[in-house]
Amino acid sequence: MMNLSTFMQHLANGISLGSLYALVAIGYTMVYGTLRLINFAHGDVFMMTTYFAFYGISMFMLPWYVSFILAIILTAALGMLLEKGAYRPLRDAPKISIMISAIGASFLLENLATVIFGGRPKAFPSVKLLMDSINIGSVSIQRLTFVIPIVTIVFLIGLLYLINHTKTGMAMRAVAKDYETAGIMGVNVNMTISQTFALGSALAAVGGIMWGLKFPQIAPLMGVMPGLKAFIAAVIGGIGNIKGAVIGGFILGIGEIMIVAFFPSLSGYRDAFAFIFLIVILLFKPTGITGEKIAEKV
Amino acid sequence: MKQKKTLLTVISIIVLFIGVYFADQNLDAYKTRILNLCAIYVVLGLSMNLINGFTGLFSLGHAGFMAVGAYTTAILTMPDAVKGQNFFMVPMMKPLDTMHMPFFFALLIGGILAGVVGYLIGAPALRLRGDYLAIATLGFAEIIRVIFTNMQTITNGALGLKGIPESSNLWWTFGVAVVTVLFIGSLINSSYGRAFKAIREDEIAAESMGISLFKHKVLAFTIGAFFAGIGGGLLGNLLGTIDPLMFRFFLTFNILLIIILGGMGSITGTIISAFIITIAGEALRFLDESITIGNFVIPGISGMRMVVFSALLMIVVLFFNHGIMGTNEFTWDKLFNKFGRKPLVKGGNKQ
Repeated sequence: MMNLSTFMQHLANGISLGSLYALVAIGYTMVYGTLRLINFAHGDVFMMTTYFAFYGISMFMLPWYVSFILAIILTAALGMLLEKGAYRPLRDAPKISIMISAIGASFLLENLATVIFGGRPKAFPSVKLLMDSINIGSVSIQRLTFVIPIVTIVFLIGLLYLINHTKTGMAMRAVAKDYETAGIMGVNVNMTISQTFALGSALAAVGGIMWGLKFPQIAPLMGVMPGLKAFIAAVIGGIGNIKGAVIGGFILGIGEIMIVAFFPSLSGYRDAFAFIFLIVILLFKPTGITGEKIAEKV
Repeated sequence: MKQKKTLLTVISIIVLFIGVYFADQNLDAYKTRILNLCAIYVVLGLSMNLINGFTGLFSLGHAGFMAVGAYTTAILTMPDAVKGQNFFMVPMMKPLDTMHMPFFFALLIGGILAGVVGYLIGAPALRLRGDYLAIATLGFAEIIRVIFTNMQTITNGALGLKGIPESSNLWWTFGVAVVTVLFIGSLINSSYGRAFKAIREDEIAAESMGISLFKHKVLAFTIGAFFAGIGGGLLGNLLGTIDPLMFRFFLTFNILLIIILGGMGSITGTIISAFIITIAGEALRFLDESITIGNFVIPGISGMRMVVFSALLMIVVLFFNHGIMGTNEFTWDKLFNKFGRKPLVKGGNKQ
């Protein structure tokens, strides 16, 4: 039986992993909400951020905070570019085409990263301020483990404010409901969708930077698994729903850490848990925890 | 008329096998291998096209079915001594370590097991639609891969299997490819095939016409998985080594590229593009290696080939979304119409 302090340590790890999933999941859910599209390339956008931040610090010798902010801005731009290049031309095409385009974009980003940055993993620079450990009773936990959930909550509150209380957010909600009607009502649909992508990518960028700090090894394929798991988190929470994505992220992050902690013999199957969870959710409650059932019109 | 067309088909198959005979005699190992890969990708492309193109179920689980087929075939054909060498960490599970059978039966069992797995996955997952189905099948394929990585006593885990007898030769691969083309071709032209296409066009309309969605979807999925398993078995016994990493999503992506380029819902297109993609994949290898022109050495960039492929997929989807053939097929009728002087008088019962 594990003692309380080990349990608390696992819980803290689970919460910080869950926050990272949540940040990435928000991007999936926002894009799905507006375009009804699984943005397969979202995980790779997340990967690109870590490289931007890495080169900002190691090549251009920028202070870490400047480099991180630049990386977030560049990632937001990349998200907009992705939408413009890969998804906008197909907006009225059959859904299957957009999805194939998304898969293509994902592979293109991964392979471009391999060509440009090299396939060998690189060490993400560490930030001393965040890496120190603090002691609570007998538990020693890295400061980063606390910073991650706090940053996530701050960004989440900011995002919810933006969506619920600003004009841009109102336009986003209108486009998500029905983009044709929103267009008739005078919303600039293209710009709003661009903003949605920029916002989703920026949040993935925040997640990516913190992921790099927590697991300091970056590689061109590093975005695939976190991307898929964040997507699963979004589905668990009810895709299209931002609060749901966050809840799903926490459930998945904590669940994953706890299962491995309690059943160490199953640790080889760690990556399979998320998928099994996804399939169970899809089969019994396909619209997720917060979702409502939508009837299909004929 | 019908007899004449059957005769033409038989003649062209015979011509193909005469070609295979000469290729088998004359070509070097490298070219033979590429031709083998072409034929295997025809099988794999057709099996995926049956699910994705003809029935309209966007499934991304192909690599998983291939893994089942490849591992089964490999385990059933490996000699005992080789098995002993492979499983030096943990001995192999009891009845499997001395079990083997001829390639044909091993391949068939591999296909059947893949079909069974396909059925077990399809029966629950096919209640989902569109992108949910895609992500669920992708998840299942990933689960299969993780299970194979962890089943040390059966699959040798992450180490993979080495020294698989290289039984796949041109006769096997082209033979299986021809059988697959004929089987899927006649399936598509049967009442089942029409039901598949109806489901693809509009599920609700198809259901109200009395087509059982569940039965037909699961049928297409299971048959697709069966042929994917056969293709995987051929591939494993061609390459000689397999490991779980080989069956990542990347493999599914390759096959997806083939059916998109050829046209979703065209057998002819899949055959053409399986050859194009496989041969282009080899021809573009120079991108990854350094080139020397006179005194200049252009360093190769590893991974460039895949950039070209992913860009190609996006270009096809963005600008030519029907692929080479769309949903059209090569038929003898069309050939006659093109070259015949007077319009063809069709027989009473059009198939």
